[in-house]
Amino acid sequence: MAHGHKLEIFRGLVKFKSNTQKIWGVLAFLTLITAVEVVLGIIKPVSLTDTYFLGMKLINWIFIILTLVKAYYIAWDFMHLRDEKASLRRAIVWTPIFLIIYLVFILLVEADYIYNVYKDGFVSWNF
Amino acid sequence: MNSTVTTAEETNVWGGGNQPLGASYGKLMMWFFLVSDALTFSGFLAAYGFSRFKFIETWPIADEVFTHVPFFHGNYPMIYVAFMTFILIMSSVTMVLAVDAGHKMKKNAVIWYMFATIIGGAIFVGSQAWEWGTFIKGDHGALETKGGRILQFVKADSGERAALRDFAVTIPGERVAHERKNGIWFFDEGELPTYSLNEVIEGFKADPNILIRTELINEEGEKTLLDRKASLAKLADATMVVEGANLIRNEYGSRLFADFFFFITGFHGFHVFSGVVINIIIFFNVILGTYERRGHYEMVEKIGLYWHFVDLVWVFVFTFFYLV
Repeated sequence: MAHGHKLEIFRGLVKFKSNTQKIWGVLAFLTLITAVEVVLGIIKPVSLTDTYFLGMKLINWIFIILTLVKAYYIAWDFMHLRDEKASLRRAIVWTPIFLIIYLVFILLVEADYIYNVYKDGFVSWNF
Repeated sequence: MNSTVTTAEETNVWGGGNQPLGASYGKLMMWFFLVSDALTFSGFLAAYGFSRFKFIETWPIADEVFTHVPFFHGNYPMIYVAFMTFILIMSSVTMVLAVDAGHKMKKNAVIWYMFATIIGGAIFVGSQAWEWGTFIKGDHGALETKGGRILQFVKADSGERAALRDFAVTIPGERVAHERKNGIWFFDEGELPTYSLNEVIEGFKADPNILIRTELINEEGEKTLLDRKASLAKLADATMVVEGANLIRNEYGSRLFADFFFFITGFHGFHVFSGVVINIIIFFNVILGTYERRGHYEMVEKIGLYWHFVDLVWVFVFTFFYLV
């Protein structure tokens, strides 16, 4: 951190004058995203809950993408990964991302298989 | 930024004192821990996803479970959890401000920002305790069938959830909970529910306005409502009354739902709690001037990383447990 802060977010679209200002800017952005999530969660627009994309409701895709955006700004600006060396940043970020995608893929596919066994197999469980 | 090694240093690469990643030992170890902790949490959340996909048609709808706000009656889905999320993000902000003030060696600013962070963390842990209390106590009550599925009740005219107390009758002469002092001393039983199965069934038969809602989610994404005739037929499958939640059964639906709720939010709440404790220790160190004498506030930065990580995890828990 001795080498100073990078003060642009949104790929240089917004540039803050000081680190403190940047922190408040990021807070405003994170609050906005949370508010959007909560409003969507309460209203649940039919156009989003009835549309499916890759087997999942559109609204859930929106929630997950917004979450990843929030996670990015927490890690990049609050945990100041933006100011760290690229090698450290990559080691921290890509290792878990790879492992998590791997685990989630395996578990969800397996769970879907078990769901089908319960549904179509000769297993009675809902009585 | 600048990773080029000059020749003078090259002769001394193995001599120690190098920081190839530009971060101190302590910071690297904190990151090491955070990455492994992130994998632990993903293990939990992935297991939650597994169980949910396995019972995708019958999983409880979080909007209908977490509807309470302290001091207010009524149905406010998500509001309180959103508030908790905001509190945690806010305390993250005061933590970054503390780190920032530490870099500028402003001791008093660090003290106040650390103090605000601790307060935020305490509010969050308190909120979570309240949420647990509400979840364990339950609201409406339900019946469990032979297959371990949950039957809930709905008022036919308004479409609102009906609680057991709304329609169950009182039948005199029902048995009371067995206690150790009566009879065999080593034999004891847990709490009896407020209403016996018989009282609920008789109350249901007497009140034509009550319908049964099963766990099954229909095409509109809502729980299936049975008509009066099907409800009466379904009632024959009931074996016991369930009120609130514990690790074995809960009134909200799938048994695994409460287990994951307790494990995931509990593990996260434990992280917040330990974060608050460590924050308090470092808060006093700052007041005592430990870091002023050391010449840098890196310890504040390290606990800051941990604190932001807790916030980061909550963002995911919020999405996967409450929103999706």
